[in-house]
Amino acid sequence: MATITLPVKEHEEVLEQEALITGSEAIAVACKLANVDVVTAYPIRPYDTVMQYMSQLVADGELDCEFIVADGEHSQFEIVKHASACGARVFSGSSGVGWMYAMEALTVTPALRIPIVALVGNRTLDDPGAFGVEHNDALSVRDLGWMLVWVDNAQEALDTALIAYRVAEDRRMFVPLAISCDGAFLTHSQSLVKIPAPEKVKKFLPKYNRGELLLHPDNVISVAPQANEDWVMEMRRQNYAVTERAPGVIREVYAEFERIFGRKYGNPFFEEYRTEDAEVVLFGMGTLSTPVKVTIDKLRQQGKKVGFVRLRWFRPFAGPEIAKALERFKAIGVIERDVSFGSPDLSGVVATELRSALYSNAKTRPPVLDFLCGLGGREVTVPDVEKITEITFQAASGKPQPLTQWIGLRG
Amino acid sequence: MGQLFAVEVVGRGIFQDTLAKNITRGIVLAAHSEGKLGLSFGRYGDSPERNGIPAKKFAIVASDEQTLQLGMAHYEPAQVDVCVVLDDTLCKGIESWAWNGVHPINQTVKRGGTLIVVSTREPDALLKMIHRREQPYKLGIVKGRASFSGLWVYKDDHTDVRVLGAIAKALPELVGQEAIEKYIQAKLKNGALKAQSARRTFELFTPVNVPPGQGIAELLPHFELLKWEDMPDGVTIKGQPQGGPFEDPATKKLGGFRPGRNDKFMKYTTRTMRPVVNFDTCTKCTLCWLNCPDGSFDVTSDGTYDVDLKGCCGCGICAAVCPVENCITMVNEAEFRDNESQWLRYRRDEAAYSQWLEKTIELGEKTAHGFRYRGQYQEELPAALELAQKG
Repeated sequence: MATITLPVKEHEEVLEQEALITGSEAIAVACKLANVDVVTAYPIRPYDTVMQYMSQLVADGELDCEFIVADGEHSQFEIVKHASACGARVFSGSSGVGWMYAMEALTVTPALRIPIVALVGNRTLDDPGAFGVEHNDALSVRDLGWMLVWVDNAQEALDTALIAYRVAEDRRMFVPLAISCDGAFLTHSQSLVKIPAPEKVKKFLPKYNRGELLLHPDNVISVAPQANEDWVMEMRRQNYAVTERAPGVIREVYAEFERIFGRKYGNPFFEEYRTEDAEVVLFGMGTLSTPVKVTIDKLRQQGKKVGFVRLRWFRPFAGPEIAKALERFKAIGVIERDVSFGSPDLSGVVATELRSALYSNAKTRPPVLDFLCGLGGREVTVPDVEKITEITFQAASGKPQPLTQWIGLRG
Repeated sequence: MGQLFAVEVVGRGIFQDTLAKNITRGIVLAAHSEGKLGLSFGRYGDSPERNGIPAKKFAIVASDEQTLQLGMAHYEPAQVDVCVVLDDTLCKGIESWAWNGVHPINQTVKRGGTLIVVSTREPDALLKMIHRREQPYKLGIVKGRASFSGLWVYKDDHTDVRVLGAIAKALPELVGQEAIEKYIQAKLKNGALKAQSARRTFELFTPVNVPPGQGIAELLPHFELLKWEDMPDGVTIKGQPQGGPFEDPATKKLGGFRPGRNDKFMKYTTRTMRPVVNFDTCTKCTLCWLNCPDGSFDVTSDGTYDVDLKGCCGCGICAAVCPVENCITMVNEAEFRDNESQWLRYRRDEAAYSQWLEKTIELGEKTAHGFRYRGQYQEELPAALELAQKG
C-alpha cells in the first residue's frame, strides 16, 4: 500500500489534460491515476511500451510504487499475485509467448480470487518469432476465469483500465482482468487522449479492500492448500458464480463511469456501427475496427446496407445480448485475428464462440462466416473488408459459402 | 472528406529514432493547437531498430475525426505530402531490415509534394543519387550534418526544430510557422532559442522543382514473395551455397575465395560510408578479412582482400585494424555511384584505379553521422554553425 502521497499541484487535481500517447502509455497513465502499489515488468515487445512509460513516471517522481523488473514473465505474475493477496493494487502485462511463459501463474490466479489488472499487448505466438498482432495470446486464458476485454483506441484503453480496477476489485468479482491492445496499431501509435482529473478518479475508484481474504498476520488464513476430489467442484462453482454476476457488475461500473467522467460508452459489451438498418453485419475485436468502419462508410455510399459489431468483452461473453443484437441480420461475417487449429469447421475462436451463443440464444440462425485475416500483424485492408462483405452478402442471399476462409493470403 | 496530410520521416535506425519521433510529435502537437487532430507512429516493422538501418516514422494530420479515421485505414500512408530525410546518404535508396527490396527515397512523395533533406550538399549533388520519377516534386535542403539530436548523450543541434520550420514553409496548410514556434516555446527546453532556429530555417528554406525524369535511372531488383504452398514446412530456410574461386579479369584464371552470401538482402542502404582499398600498398596481413564482422572480404587470387559491397555495412573496423596508412580509407557513401568490386576494377586497369583511388581519398568526405574519433565534434562545429546560418 502506498504510504507516501506525492504533492500534486492544486490545479492538476481538477484539470483534465490531453496527451499524445499510445494505447499502452494511456494504460500507464491510468495506473498512475489509480495509484497502483506494485508493478512488475519484463521486457517483451509490444507490451513493453507501458513498462517503459511507467518506469519514466516512477523515475520522475510522478508515480510512487514498487516497480520490479522480474527475471521472467512467470515470476512477473507470481509477484503481483502475492502482492495483491497482501492488499496491494497491482499491475502487470506481457505479450505473445511472454504471456505463455507466465501460464502457470496465470492459471492459478482466478481460483485464488485475486484481481490483477494486466495489459496484453497482443502479439503473434511463436513460431515464427513475429512481432505483429494476433489475439491467441490473451485468448489462451479464456477458460480459466480471467476477464478479457479488447479496446481499439488509446482513449478507450485509458478509460477501460480505470473501469478494470473498479470491476476486478469489486468484492463480488475479485478475479484477474486482461485488457488487450493490438500490437503495433494500438501499442505503438500515438494519438490525442484526454486524461481525466485525478479528483474524479478518486471519486470513481474506491480503495482496494481485500477484507477477510487479506493475507496478513492479523488475519490468520491459509491460501491455496492441496485439495482432493471432495473439494474442487465446489471451488469451481464459486468461480462460476463470479461469471454469473460479472455482466451486472460491468453494467453498473460503466454507468458510474459515465456519470462521473461524462464519457459515454453505451452498451459496455459491444459497440454497434451503422447496424440499425443493416442487412449483414461484420463482427470482430480490436483495431480492425478502423479499416472496417472506413469500408462500411464507403459501401454505404454505394447503397449497401452493412454494419459492424465490435466486441469489447470476450469474458464474460454476453451471449444473450449478442444473440439478440445479431439474430435479425441475414448473415454475419466474422473477421478473425486468431486461429484455432482443428476446431469445429476449422474456424477461429471468435466465430466458434459466436455460433455457440447464437445456437443457444437466438430465435433465427443466420449464416456465420469466419474470415481469417490480418494474422501475424498483416493489415486488414479496405479491399479485404470489401471482399469479406461481398461474400457475406452472397451468403445472405441464400448462396452457401465456406464456413471458414482465408483473406489476404498469398497462394 | 476534410483535409488530410501525411508526413514521413526517414532516418538511420536507433541513432535518429528520437529525432524522428520528436519531429512527428511536433507536427501533430503544433497542428493540434490549430484545431486539427493527428497521429504519430513508427513503422512497426522497423522495430526493434537496427543501428543505421533505414527506419520510418509518420505523422498523420486531419481537420476532423472522420477524415483522420480515413487516414488511419491504411496503417502506413502509401503517399505523403512531405518526406523528411535525416541523413542524405539515404537518398541512394532505402531498404528496411524487415523487407525485401530497395525503395527509392522519393517513392511515397505525392505529385507536387516536398522532399526535405538534411544535408551539407546542394540539390544537384543529391539528384545524382536520387531515382527519377514520372511525376514532379520539390526538393529542399535544411543545411546540416546527419544529426543525433534527441539522443541523450548528443548535443542538441536544433535539427528537430529546423526541420519543423522547413515543413511549415513547405506546407503551411498542414501547420503554420506561428503554431510551430508556439509549440517550441511552450514544450521544449531552451524554447526561445530553438524557436529562433526554426524561424531562420523557415525564412531560408527554398525548395527547387524537380521535373519528371530528373534523377538516376537505376532499375531496382524486384522480389516476389512466396505463396504458402511453395514455402518449406516447419519455419525452415535453405542455407547459402559454399563459395569458391573467382576469375581475375587480367589473367582470366580462377583463384582466391569468395564465400557464398545472402543473395536476398544487400547492405547497400544500411551504409553511410564504405572502405576504399589500395591493393598496391596492401601487405596481405589478413587483419581486415579476419576482423570484418560480416565476413565481407573476398580473398583475391593475388592474396589481397576485396570488399564485397553487397555485404559491407560500413562499420569501419577494417580501416581501424589495417596497419598500413591509407591502405583502407573510409569514405562517405554519397561519393559513390555503383557497388562494383574495387579489385575487379583494379585488375582491369591498375593505373586508372590508382588515379580514382587517390582522387577519392583526397576529395571524398571522410565522415558520416556520429563520431568516429575523439575531438571530431569540436572539429566539425565551426563549419556546421556556418552552414546553419545559411538555412
